[in-house]
Amino acid sequence: MAPVLSVRGLTTVFGTGETALRALDGVDLTVHQGEIVALVGESGSGKSLTGFSINGLLPGNAKVTGGSIRLGDTDLRALTPRQMRGIRGKQVGMIFQDPMMTLNPVLRVETQMRDALRAHSPLPRGEVRARLVQALAEVGIAAPEQRLRAWPHELSGGMRQRVAIATALLHSPQLVIADEPTTALDVTIQGQILALAQRLCRDRGTALVWITHDLAVVAGIADRVSVMYAGRVVEEGPVDAVLDTPAHPYTRGLIDSVAASQPKGARLPMIPGRMPLLSDLPQGCAFAPRCARRSALCISERPEPRATGAGQTVRCHHPLTEPAGAAA
Amino acid sequence: MAEFILRRILQALLVLFVMTVLVFFGIHVIGNPVDLFASSECTKACLDEIMVNLGLDRPVWQQYLIFLGNLAEGDLGRSFTHGVPAMSLIWERFPATLELAVAALVIALVIGLPLGFYAGLRPDSWISKAIMGLSMIGFSVPIFWIGLIMILTFSVKLGWLPAIGRGDLVTVFGVRVSFLTVDGLRHLAMPAFTLSLLMMSMVIRLTRAGLREVMTSDYIRFARANGVPEYRVLGWHAMKNLLIPIVTVLGMEFGGVIAFAVVTESIFSWPGVGKMLIDAISVLDRPLIVAYLIFVVTMFVLLNLVIDILYSLLDPRVRLGAGAV
Repeated sequence: MAPVLSVRGLTTVFGTGETALRALDGVDLTVHQGEIVALVGESGSGKSLTGFSINGLLPGNAKVTGGSIRLGDTDLRALTPRQMRGIRGKQVGMIFQDPMMTLNPVLRVETQMRDALRAHSPLPRGEVRARLVQALAEVGIAAPEQRLRAWPHELSGGMRQRVAIATALLHSPQLVIADEPTTALDVTIQGQILALAQRLCRDRGTALVWITHDLAVVAGIADRVSVMYAGRVVEEGPVDAVLDTPAHPYTRGLIDSVAASQPKGARLPMIPGRMPLLSDLPQGCAFAPRCARRSALCISERPEPRATGAGQTVRCHHPLTEPAGAAA
Repeated sequence: MAEFILRRILQALLVLFVMTVLVFFGIHVIGNPVDLFASSECTKACLDEIMVNLGLDRPVWQQYLIFLGNLAEGDLGRSFTHGVPAMSLIWERFPATLELAVAALVIALVIGLPLGFYAGLRPDSWISKAIMGLSMIGFSVPIFWIGLIMILTFSVKLGWLPAIGRGDLVTVFGVRVSFLTVDGLRHLAMPAFTLSLLMMSMVIRLTRAGLREVMTSDYIRFARANGVPEYRVLGWHAMKNLLIPIVTVLGMEFGGVIAFAVVTESIFSWPGVGKMLIDAISVLDRPLIVAYLIFVVTMFVLLNLVIDILYSLLDPRVRLGAGAV
């Protein structure tokens, strides 16, 4: 079956001309119906930018300059801004990181949800209300009629995120992009929101791209995972394969720096150094300066994606799935 | 809400008290008004008679106590020069000033909001830069100069618009207004535009700055991500947030415009309270000055109250309760 979302060679730059910065460089991403794909990486790796490139909400100084973004049979890059608006909310929903900032502080919950509903379906007034009440009930909000009349500041963070999810799912989009929607929440609420999003998408067969930096979340929710580093996808594959037998040294480093992965009392290993600045990307592999396995090849030449035996695709000259030094 | 308003009224009374003391004694120090407005043939005896008539022969503290007593009965005294109650003079002149100020406010919003929106949405275009340059001029160039230049251009050179007065008036609900006749509108145009320039510049800058901040916020992205049409995102989701600072600043500014429309009214000979105040000060007509200032303070207090109420309508996080001051 054709994937819901197929991103090939996506390149997004900030600025123009000589000083333009390549924030995304040849990103590939495929999501099938009902599948949950996690997009993992550090701050600045380009994971959120990938999301915004897909639904066309990049900040003013950023622009998609290469690659293709296909939603089903539609080439999103070929659409006019007007057509793109018709897609947003209807076929592609989005959930944001900080629910305290996502809802407009001066508009009632009802106004915001009604605007989102009427953006794509001109329902008569009476039906709008019933539909919104139902949507809030579906995300587990008690007394939805009262909540609909509430101002955002009267709701808790978890409640606001539920409202945001209900709004994003109003039109049952084929694809939902969730940009770290649990990061700003209490741990207990995180689990609820995670389970809620997972259940809603599974029930409707919605494809879900879950952007996060939290590997525990990835393990709990995703079918597949793409690991991003400095604007490139460095490893991609089924979640079990990637987490159990990571092929890229960077993925290994990420997993090792999770506290639960280490014996009690042991010092947490960390990845030395920091991600390179976009203005100062190395010529070869972007991770090479921090990598223990680097060779002369890594510094001079960019690794191309290659398949490992376990079903992953990795951008590395010396993947961990091969014995060290084999290619050096 | 009731407690909030009560507290406001008590504060206002305190302000009024302090203000009357300052003005009353201040004017007493400046000089004797009788010397200024009595005719030159008036002898010493005749001057003394006027002083006794006006109660100016008594010590100033006694005069003040009498003033307070009358004030308690709602009597603000009679103008020395006109011989009629000061408040009736103010009420007679005030509609002209109010009309001018409201016209200026409407012009400032009708022109300022769209220009500010444009400049906020396309900050790098040359039109936006021109708009911002103009707003800078509106801030920095003195009003009297702009007024004079407009008279020179539109009245003297082109002969399009009349330079002075209110033109034909119509009476609506007992108030005489200019803006409902063509001739009145032609008279209103230049003074109102001149008076609006400062507010307009402020509206432009506030709108632009506010819009640029609001447009990068998550809730605007969220609205767009839900496919909400752009006119709705800008015209309501962003607009309601923008209006909060604009209402604050314009509310304060509007009081100032009414209270100190002096310059504009002088240039265009607009028969409002500003011109009356200038005349009253030049002859030290104390009852009229004090009455006018009491009037202005009361107006500011009422305006602030209106702003606070508007606030609570615009921003749900603001609730006028016991805690609010």
